[in-house]
Amino acid sequence: MFDFNALLKPRTVAVIGVSHSNAMHPANVIYDKLDLRYPVQVFPVNPKGGKLRSQTVYKDISEVPGPVDLAVIAARADYVPDILESCIAHRVGGATVISGGFAERGRSDLQERMVAAARKAKFPFIGPNCLGIYVPRLIDTFFLPGERLVRPESGNVALVSQSGGVLVDQLVKFAGQGVGLSVGVSIGNKALVRELDLLNYLEQDPSTTVIAFYIEGFEKGEGRRFVQAAKACAKPVVVLKAGKSSQGSRAVSSHTASMAGDYRVFSAVLAQHGVAEAANEYEMVSFCEALSRCPLYPVEGRVGIVTVSGGHGVLSTDACIRRGLSVPEISEDIRSRIRERLSPSVRPIASLNNPIDLTGSAVDDDFAAAVSGLGQSPDVDSIIILLLPYSPGISSDLGARLSHVHQQMGKPVVAYVPHVEKYRMLIEGFELNRVPVSSSIEGAVLMVEAMKKCHPC
Amino acid sequence: MPSVLKQKMKDLFEQAGADGWVMEPQAKELLRDAGLAVPDFACADTADAAVAAADKIGYPVAAKVVSARIVHKSDVGGVAVNLADESALREAFGRFSAMDGFAAMLVEEMVAGVEMIIGAKIDHQFGPVVLLGIGGTGVEIYQDVAIRMAPLTDQDAASMMNTLVGRRLLDGYRGAAPVDRAALAKTLVVFSELTMAAADWIESIDLNPVMCTADACVIADARIMLA
Repeated sequence: MFDFNALLKPRTVAVIGVSHSNAMHPANVIYDKLDLRYPVQVFPVNPKGGKLRSQTVYKDISEVPGPVDLAVIAARADYVPDILESCIAHRVGGATVISGGFAERGRSDLQERMVAAARKAKFPFIGPNCLGIYVPRLIDTFFLPGERLVRPESGNVALVSQSGGVLVDQLVKFAGQGVGLSVGVSIGNKALVRELDLLNYLEQDPSTTVIAFYIEGFEKGEGRRFVQAAKACAKPVVVLKAGKSSQGSRAVSSHTASMAGDYRVFSAVLAQHGVAEAANEYEMVSFCEALSRCPLYPVEGRVGIVTVSGGHGVLSTDACIRRGLSVPEISEDIRSRIRERLSPSVRPIASLNNPIDLTGSAVDDDFAAAVSGLGQSPDVDSIIILLLPYSPGISSDLGARLSHVHQQMGKPVVAYVPHVEKYRMLIEGFELNRVPVSSSIEGAVLMVEAMKKCHPC
Repeated sequence: MPSVLKQKMKDLFEQAGADGWVMEPQAKELLRDAGLAVPDFACADTADAAVAAADKIGYPVAAKVVSARIVHKSDVGGVAVNLADESALREAFGRFSAMDGFAAMLVEEMVAGVEMIIGAKIDHQFGPVVLLGIGGTGVEIYQDVAIRMAPLTDQDAASMMNTLVGRRLLDGYRGAAPVDRAALAKTLVVFSELTMAAADWIESIDLNPVMCTADACVIADARIMLA
């Protein structure tokens, strides 16, 4: 219904509501960062006119020279409907309304006026009561000073959040894990543009391969349309739900004026439609990381595990079982194929029952033998490699080498490697070649769980 | 759902609208018309009619009070099971006929099996959803249920059974014959279609218990709450 291209990939931006007296006003923070650090042309707007630094402040959107792709509106709530209407009249491409003081504070009337005008004109606006949009190296309407933010690199995960705070905080975690972002949108009260609109847009967006949402609640019947669209979408969809407890639900209604609904139903219906529900913020990052690094395979969750430490094999098996995955026995046929290829020193001491323990004597070739054996096994549909780089026979090339083994087979591989700087080459050897790497055993198991959850149950 | 049945359902809901719910005999008739299995039953407004119905069905029978004012029959002693003969049936009729709003007595074939519950409600966010759970006395405590958005596919029905903690009860626990999973799946799928068709009128439907055996899946009690 809406054309989001101008809004999400703007080249000209008007920031409406800049202050002459308060340099920390949200509009000023946004204006400054766009002017100083982003490849967009930006125009400050305030009815008083005047100058900001050396720039002309325009009195109205109608005075801004040339077409405006995006209007960022950070004025007082009472003024916003008029501002929005004047943006529509002057053919702005879209808007994000940063200001609060609407439905979440009992002023649904203002919000309804904006929605009516925008819907009539097919004018997309994000918010109100939101942080707006963030596209690495392109646009950032967060009213948070740049030096305070931790910014993820450009990548292929889109994150749509009802909460701006959750979005910013998830971006910090994405950056920490090296998960790249295609676009982040904080939709706040989601008066007009809602999850389903963005799901439909992002499904077509070539720079996005994983679509993640933080959701507090849907309106009547909206959840049904959302899960149906998510099931039909070829890209994996991840959801973190808030408002699961009755106290949490009350907090939701005062936060963004949404209804949290019956969580048991929510969770079951998501699973039914192959939407991967993350239980918490950590799972959210792990799920997005796993799904963004590796193409989607049909995974039921029958896991083959390769390690050099018996303890890691046991811990990961326990984690798999706890998360509804299985660690099945491997047929003798596959085991003997692996055994034949093991180095003579490892062959008599390795344990080839799943989990496969190659022992501390293992060298790169032994890993390659075990992983390619599991790749041929019909008993497993996914592989976890628990790599302890302290082991003397392992080289820094093993990540890239096992990734190449992985590319010969039709099932996903995830790895656990301790995330310390000296193992960076091992990690990148995996990550750059479509094998996601977790910094914990549990995290590696979570990554397989994410792949399983993308299939309807 | 055929349009004749749809119309009949609509008429039923509109008639029952003032009470806010559909009583068991009418609810069961609707379920039977939709192709679901219910016990052989009859409604009797006199003791003699009840005896005649029981003779036809065959003892032992179950008897339940039918009253628009009694939603929870067993809470007021309005359910009698395993009535072995005419005198027991007449005694039950005497008790039921004194109850608030008494309209009739339901006389019904006794059914046994693994007790399951099947339910539906109209969820605010997702519309009609269907629930399957292990029934019996522990139902409130264990809350062992699977929920899916309606309408259900055969795969949905199978996965609902498989996600129950108590699924071993379906597989023939302690020497019992395994439950007819195909019959239970069909019941779920047909019930979900009925729920979709009824969505504009209902708040919830409870089929509790549904008796599952090696060759059938029979709805022993049903209550439809209207929106």
